[in-house]
Amino acid sequence: MAAKSNLVNMTVCLTAVCLVCAALLGVVYAMTYQPIQDASLKALNASISLVLPASEQEVSISEAQTAELGGKSYEYFCQLSSEGSVTAYAVKSVTIGFGGPLTVMVGVLPDGTVVATRVLSHSETPGLGAKCETDTHFLGQFEGLAPDVPVKLAKDGGSLDAITASTITSRAYTLAVSNAVELVKSLGGSEDE
Amino acid sequence: MDYIIIIVSAIFVNNILLAQFLGICPFLGVSGKLSTATGMSGAVTFVITLATVVTYLINRYLLVPFGLEFLQTISFILVIASLVQMVEIVLKKISPSLYQALGIFLPLITTNCAVLGVAITVVTKEFTFGDSSHMLSLGEATVYALATSVGYAIAMILFAGLREHLAGNDVPKAFKGLPIAIITVGIMALAFLGFSGMV
Amino acid sequence: MSKLGIITKGLIKENPTFVLVLGMCPTLATTTSAINGLEMGLATMFVLILSNIVISAIAPVVPDKVHIPVYIVVIATFVTILQLLMQAYVPDVYATLGLFIPLIVVNCIVLGRAEAFAGKNSVGDSALDGIGIGLGFTLSLTVIGMVREILGSGAIFGWKFLPGDGMLAFVMAPGAFIVLGYLMVLFNKLAKK
Repeated sequence: MAAKSNLVNMTVCLTAVCLVCAALLGVVYAMTYQPIQDASLKALNASISLVLPASEQEVSISEAQTAELGGKSYEYFCQLSSEGSVTAYAVKSVTIGFGGPLTVMVGVLPDGTVVATRVLSHSETPGLGAKCETDTHFLGQFEGLAPDVPVKLAKDGGSLDAITASTITSRAYTLAVSNAVELVKSLGGSEDE
Repeated sequence: MDYIIIIVSAIFVNNILLAQFLGICPFLGVSGKLSTATGMSGAVTFVITLATVVTYLINRYLLVPFGLEFLQTISFILVIASLVQMVEIVLKKISPSLYQALGIFLPLITTNCAVLGVAITVVTKEFTFGDSSHMLSLGEATVYALATSVGYAIAMILFAGLREHLAGNDVPKAFKGLPIAIITVGIMALAFLGFSGMV
Repeated sequence: MSKLGIITKGLIKENPTFVLVLGMCPTLATTTSAINGLEMGLATMFVLILSNIVISAIAPVVPDKVHIPVYIVVIATFVTILQLLMQAYVPDVYATLGLFIPLIVVNCIVLGRAEAFAGKNSVGDSALDGIGIGLGFTLSLTVIGMVREILGSGAIFGWKFLPGDGMLAFVMAPGAFIVLGYLMVLFNKLAKK
């Protein structure tokens, strides 16, 4: 069966196994590096295009840009028309939900109208807060929300319905959308292109 | 304030056994008797805290600067395995009585996923404090590890107490042993669910 | 033991979940739905088969005293390869299973099979053992996931057949323990006849 142990063969064996494993991992890492980058870029682009308005003309998406508002930093992307003017923004907005950070991609027109929203990542309770990904009634309320309507839940003085039994998640989601709208409004004022 | 949030959340709200399902195997294995459960809890507390500090430092000063985060799993498990061995040897030398109490549990701990789980969670997850979130500092990570193990110990010791009583009860044959124990854990987990939303 | 026997014993007689009661952490944590259970089972099976093959091949030359560290290095290498491959090609699945992919390293099934079977048997038999135990694990996880999904969200493999929410407790932590307990009872009852 197993060989008898002595200091030499133990050292040699462990070193050899570690070397082979490290080499193998290095190769796999190098091989998967590009696919991993591509996959995360694809996921990001997919979520951006889902929240932006469909357009008949040719549009392009800008590189990620960052802006600050109210002490928070946001990453956002601009949808540019062929003439180079901004037709919509996709803002990555993070708030704190029930179980942890809630990241939402929010598509907003330059005038502050919400196009659509999509959850990028969350750690909400399965079956309760996690419905912020799938609850069509809740998510549908944000689509086409006009800039003069306050982005608030009904129980906070606004007009939006919360997800049943998940007020904290709904409130975090609403805040994420509202922050994104405020950010776009502030951008519109400063760097009108 | 941050420290209090970490402690309460790790012990009650996100109890490592009952809400995160880490370290279940040894939990079911040694909770048959109160005395072994206490011994195991002590050993786990010791190793989790030590391992978290060491792996945190390795990650911060060795893996991140060289962009080698993908080696977290393999390097952490090796560090934990050697750490456990070292603790065993040191304990044997300096405190034979403590070794007597914890010794037999130490080898089992390498494959206790709670240890690796906490080590990985601490370096990859953002923690929530009120309305913001950030990665843990070394101090916070240590407190988190310690509080998590206290949560582990509480659940383990409570359960061992329950199980000692269960052993004397007349349960249907098919339920005997582990099944009834696991269902009991389920009911305990229901009770701990009541803590959610506390922080 | 016949070749077929090695595979089938993993399904019933040495079922890793219901009989050997190993690898409980992923069993409980990732079975919130049938599809999650299935994916976790397959991921574990990947590591189990490969590590069984490699360990049975190198076991005769590994000194006795360092065999556990060597096994752990081999297993951890395959887990890391799995992590990289999943990030590259199935990033969504990787995000769902999260922490429990790296934790396959400390899944007692994998090290347990290395120690109890692969270390003492031929490469071919060890591969079959990996397949058998892997299938048994995958099957158990899928069944637990199915029961929890039916009770907790009134759906099966994501296909919703009951309106409404179902019993949420079954999707959350307590339901995992209770379903596992009752399935073990059922398994005891049926298998011991």
